[in-house]
Amino acid sequence: MPAALDAVAALKGGWAGVTDRASLDHAAVNVPASDLPGILGLLKRDHGFDMLVDISGVDWGMNAKPRFTVVYHVFSTLGHEYVRVAADCADDLVPEVPSVTPLWAGADWHEREAYDMFGIRFTGHPDLRRILMWDGYPHFPLRKDFPLAGIDTVLPDAEVVAETKTGAIAAPMMGGPFVASSGEINMSEAEPRAKDESWTEKRPKP
Amino acid sequence: MLRRRCPGLKLVPPQNLLARPWRQGTVGWFLPKNTMVSANTELTYDSKIEGDVIVSRADAVINWIRSSSMWPMPMGLACCAIELMATGASRFDIARFGAEVMRFSPRQADVMIVAGTVTYKMSSAVRRIYDQMAEPKWVIAMGACASTGGMYRSYAVLQGVDRIIPVDVYVSGCPPRPEALLDALIKLQEKVKREPSASKLLSA
Repeated sequence: MPAALDAVAALKGGWAGVTDRASLDHAAVNVPASDLPGILGLLKRDHGFDMLVDISGVDWGMNAKPRFTVVYHVFSTLGHEYVRVAADCADDLVPEVPSVTPLWAGADWHEREAYDMFGIRFTGHPDLRRILMWDGYPHFPLRKDFPLAGIDTVLPDAEVVAETKTGAIAAPMMGGPFVASSGEINMSEAEPRAKDESWTEKRPKP
Repeated sequence: MLRRRCPGLKLVPPQNLLARPWRQGTVGWFLPKNTMVSANTELTYDSKIEGDVIVSRADAVINWIRSSSMWPMPMGLACCAIELMATGASRFDIARFGAEVMRFSPRQADVMIVAGTVTYKMSSAVRRIYDQMAEPKWVIAMGACASTGGMYRSYAVLQGVDRIIPVDVYVSGCPPRPEALLDALIKLQEKVKREPSASKLLSA
């Protein structure tokens, strides 16, 4: 029996609430969020899954229950196998899962990114700040209720705002987003400036 | 003719001119009082003898100096910076236009070349570096992203660097060819040559 299936069987036997997760490729389990550090620690210690490949967040939509899921991929560098571990966040308004930074130092920035994009709090994280957007940005851009164009916000630097009187604007989508799947849209006609002149500079430049 | 105007002038043979006999105390010619002393025995302008004196407009001189040596501040933020490096390298050689001295200190730069996507998070740094540049200063927005935000119609990208700093020349392209950047530099030099620099300096 491959080590991944072995590990999944051991998890299901040893932990309450661990269930199989539908997967087309690797062994996958759903686990309770509170058991994440214990389960991932067990995979790392006893089953050789020593490498944390990534941590990702999922927003299933505004009306979904539970709304947020955190997905971990761990890899065995000796067995050359993956295990996918997913945990639903109990609270939809303030989603929280325990941090795995004590197990892998590399989880630090992955968790910061998941926090930045989805607003998932990782309790026990040593320094849970935004990593891509600037400090003080009020939104979580990869949530389903966040528009692709963005939301009008103030710029990070107050001095620049005072000097330029400008802010982060909702980007002009001009009929987009444009996808290049064949037959649906003529890309040369859909070139933003060719059709839509709704967005023109009315404000004098600084 | 010169001899008629300055009757006291004795012409010195050319070989003696080169030896500069007057420097060694030898009196090579005799002049009446109040005659302008000059070693010039030629009737046309010769900078070797007259000294390098040219009469011109102050604007022309100042702008010529400024446009002939524009030191760029390479604000390389994305892939356009690779083309900017190619422009500086041997095949395109931005040194032909006097802009080869890439200054990584804004204090010593004349023209900021914004090469790449300006994110909102980076915008404060771009503005700050622009503020740190000494006057006179100019800006080239290189490529679609720096000019308008380009293909990044997104929550994270500044929709044109002209929202935070004044831009003199926009370059289209994604990324622009090095020739296009050189063309922008020439355009900027032409713009600089039209500026009323002397009156600006006096009123400053």
